[in-house]
Amino acid sequence: MTFLNFFISGISLGSIYAIIALGYTMVYGIAKMLNFAHGDVIMVGAYVCFYMVVRYELPPFLGVIIAMAVCTMLGIIVERLAYKPLRQAPSLAVLITAIGMSYFLQNTALLLWSSNPKVFPSIIGRGSFKLFDGELSVSHITALTIGVCLVIMAALTLFVGKTKMGKAMRACSEDKGAAQLMGINVNATISLTFAIGSGLAAVAGALLCSAYPTLMPTTGALPGIKAFTAAVFGGIGSIPGAFLGGLMLGVIEIFAKAYISSQLSDAVVFGVLIVVLLVKPAGLLGKMTQEKV
Amino acid sequence: MKKVLVCSLLVLAMSASAFGAAFKVGGTGPLTGGAAIYGTAAMRGAQIAAEEINAMGGDIQFELRYEDDTHDAEKAVNAYNALKDWGMQVSLGSVTSKPAEATAAENFADRIFALTPSASSAAVTEGKDNVFQMCFVDPNQGSASAQYIGEKGFAKKVAVIWKNDDVYSKGIRDTFVEKAPSFGLEIVSETAFADGNDTDFSVQLTDAKEKGAELVFLPMYYQPASLILAQAQAMGYAPKWFGVDGMDGILTMEGFDKSLAEGVMLLTPFNADAKDERTQNFVKKYQEKYGEIPNQFAADGYDCVYAYYQALTQAKATPDMDAETLCQKMIEQFTTMTFNGVTGENVRWAKNGEVSKDPKGMVIKDGAYVGLD
Repeated sequence: MTFLNFFISGISLGSIYAIIALGYTMVYGIAKMLNFAHGDVIMVGAYVCFYMVVRYELPPFLGVIIAMAVCTMLGIIVERLAYKPLRQAPSLAVLITAIGMSYFLQNTALLLWSSNPKVFPSIIGRGSFKLFDGELSVSHITALTIGVCLVIMAALTLFVGKTKMGKAMRACSEDKGAAQLMGINVNATISLTFAIGSGLAAVAGALLCSAYPTLMPTTGALPGIKAFTAAVFGGIGSIPGAFLGGLMLGVIEIFAKAYISSQLSDAVVFGVLIVVLLVKPAGLLGKMTQEKV
Repeated sequence: MKKVLVCSLLVLAMSASAFGAAFKVGGTGPLTGGAAIYGTAAMRGAQIAAEEINAMGGDIQFELRYEDDTHDAEKAVNAYNALKDWGMQVSLGSVTSKPAEATAAENFADRIFALTPSASSAAVTEGKDNVFQMCFVDPNQGSASAQYIGEKGFAKKVAVIWKNDDVYSKGIRDTFVEKAPSFGLEIVSETAFADGNDTDFSVQLTDAKEKGAELVFLPMYYQPASLILAQAQAMGYAPKWFGVDGMDGILTMEGFDKSLAEGVMLLTPFNADAKDERTQNFVKKYQEKYGEIPNQFAADGYDCVYAYYQALTQAKATPDMDAETLCQKMIEQFTTMTFNGVTGENVRWAKNGEVSKDPKGMVIKDGAYVGLD
């Protein structure tokens, strides 16, 4: 039973990584850039949700919707100001800009909301489902996170695969120049990608802070890095890969803590990552693509 | 943003120097970044004390200046050098342990006296005759906690959860584990966490529960502690909890469900709810000015400036003395004087810079601290 309980803890941690990883992987898949500020957009989303629910006493559902709207706007603004001017620049420059943006958001949050940690009210309460006479418990928030993950995953796959905008996204991802020649507005398409990615970040922020309820300006940073790892693990650019990678990362982390050493869990997690990348350099579900020169 | 910060610091500094000749007191601390809560609190505490003293209009006036070190040792040394160029005469060291270890070495080399509000690692004062601490040194907290738990008979079987990438947590844990057996405590479970895996504590709590720990010792700051308390409740585990001074502040977290902390015990030098006049005056002023209840870091910063006030007065020091002369006088004063402040009565310092004051045992009852003794 302890084993199963650990497994469930791993899944609940992993589902959080998965939902953050979805945002990373989606932006990477389309715009081919690592948006390291993603974790910090999550933090902003969580703060907006926090203020809506605690200060203005709105229902949590509405709080999440407002947070999504704010983060979508933020995503578009960040993209327009920081990334768009660098569209033709080498990818390294964009990467550094993203890291800079991450620090900028963190420190702005520090000024706006101070560094004192706040306790986030859970958006659906702290209850749990009891199984096998209470031997096993799955918290509501874990169930909700996995459900939301699956819905987002399905919606994104459908959107990218079936709609016209999705087709434009895939075209941009494959060859920006050619897409432009075919009459696709590349800039608008990439802005849309960021808008969607940032909207997802707000949902991830609300779920992250509902599961692990302290909220600080640095809240998004480390889960962001872990989720990035999860996205690479599952194959960056692959939407189901992010989900799988997130869940596996969570489970491995908890098992490493429980059965190897609580001090070495991160070393084990990243050790596994190295092994996976040695065997499958594109990640678990990633496709190897030939870079055109 | 840095510009704004520097400007605001200059304004703070200038407001204190309005009376002409004043002692230049400098300190570094994390005013931005993840540890900013500690640096800003210590700075604000010191600020209030300096303003109070300057308002009294006596011979001792302070000009206070804080520089940001973002909890980074290298930046702390740069910040220290900036203060030295400014003409710092006595120093408040650094707020957090890692940067303080770096600046303390500079203080020692330059013969500028330092009294750190809250850098509690033993390495800060080790081998330096002119670096003193206002807070307990980490190892003392560990042994004091073990002694307190053992002598009060709170538990026999104890679990420890600690943060293994933090010198503060490790310092306390090391001496706690070492001293526990001599006070009749058996450590049945010992688990760790670090930055980046500090959200899920199910493994640590399950281990403590299965091995039958009656009390869980938490040598850490309150933010992870609040998660541990919430997760323990969710899994139906209700041992006794025992924290250290880093736990102080848990009740002031916005949105924290205070019932989770019911019965948590901690050793702390400062209690914002204490009824004595000195504490109440400080808490009131801090609240008026900054809109929040001061934590222990703010109290330490406040006491540091008052300790300087007392030492400088007794030494008949004047602002035209150079740093080295003041350093010698301060060493004489701090090793002999007794100080009463908001973090303790009859505070004394040993020659190696360690402070001795009584930790107060507190328990959280109905959402407020109550003395245990």
